[in-house]
Amino acid sequence: MFTITAVLGVAGGVGVIASRQPVHSALALLLVLLTLAVDYLLLDAQFIAVLQVIIYAGAIVVLFVFIIMLLRTAGEAPRPRAAPSLGFAAVLGTVMASALVAAVTMARGPVAPVDAAFGTVQQVGRALFHAYALPFEAASIVLVVGMIGAVALGKRAHVVADATRDGAEPGPASPRVVEAVGESRR
Amino acid sequence: MTVPAPFYLALSAVLFTLGTVGVVARRSALIVFMSVELMLNAVNLTLVTFARLRGGVDGQVVVFFVLVVAAAEVVIGLAIIVNIFRTRETVDVDDVDLLRG
Repeated sequence: MFTITAVLGVAGGVGVIASRQPVHSALALLLVLLTLAVDYLLLDAQFIAVLQVIIYAGAIVVLFVFIIMLLRTAGEAPRPRAAPSLGFAAVLGTVMASALVAAVTMARGPVAPVDAAFGTVQQVGRALFHAYALPFEAASIVLVVGMIGAVALGKRAHVVADATRDGAEPGPASPRVVEAVGESRR
Repeated sequence: MTVPAPFYLALSAVLFTLGTVGVVARRSALIVFMSVELMLNAVNLTLVTFARLRGGVDGQVVVFFVLVVAAAEVVIGLAIIVNIFRTRETVDVDDVDLLRG
């Protein structure tokens, strides 16, 4: 089972960085995320596996696909000449992969025995609400700030500018503001 | 745990390296962003593996917080990319070089 997920995961990872179209990258990313969810199940982390499917595969990839559809960008233009960053990336990747794999395969040690309740919602939730109660509240603040930031960034700049400039003379003088505001509320 | 931990860690290392290579080599901001997600997930796999090795649930709690931060980061990052596309009609990171000295 692990072999299947590892092969699929690495193939998906290559797909993310090698696809010409961003949509194909997003689908490859979805494949990686789902195989990682299976890996979490193999590692007795049921709650994290469910979160992975709901948040990452469900919400984040959908958001990516939405933005890709919204932007309708063409694929990357061909590079003008042999780009130095490709060779650099190849060398960096080789060195980094060998170093990291060599480092992590040294991590040996006894595997602690766990009971059937390990990694369930109950156990993780208890840890979240007792030992990690304060970071949990901070995480909610991070989410609120993220939401506010997205709304602020998503607002069209000229709407704000026009509204402040034309604020003194309301009426038919500024139909563009009304139109733009309606557009942004869609 | 039927498969020894170093296999999971090696898979995580390979995924992290793929993400790094994607960040360095690709120019579409969207794909660079997805590569960052790949790296975040590789680290999550490491955390879950070590949580299982130690038999403690703390590593999984950290993964939970990484998920929260990743969700906020994706929302903000995609909003920034949309704004860049609106003003410059491109998401190529090589074209957005206003700060280059």
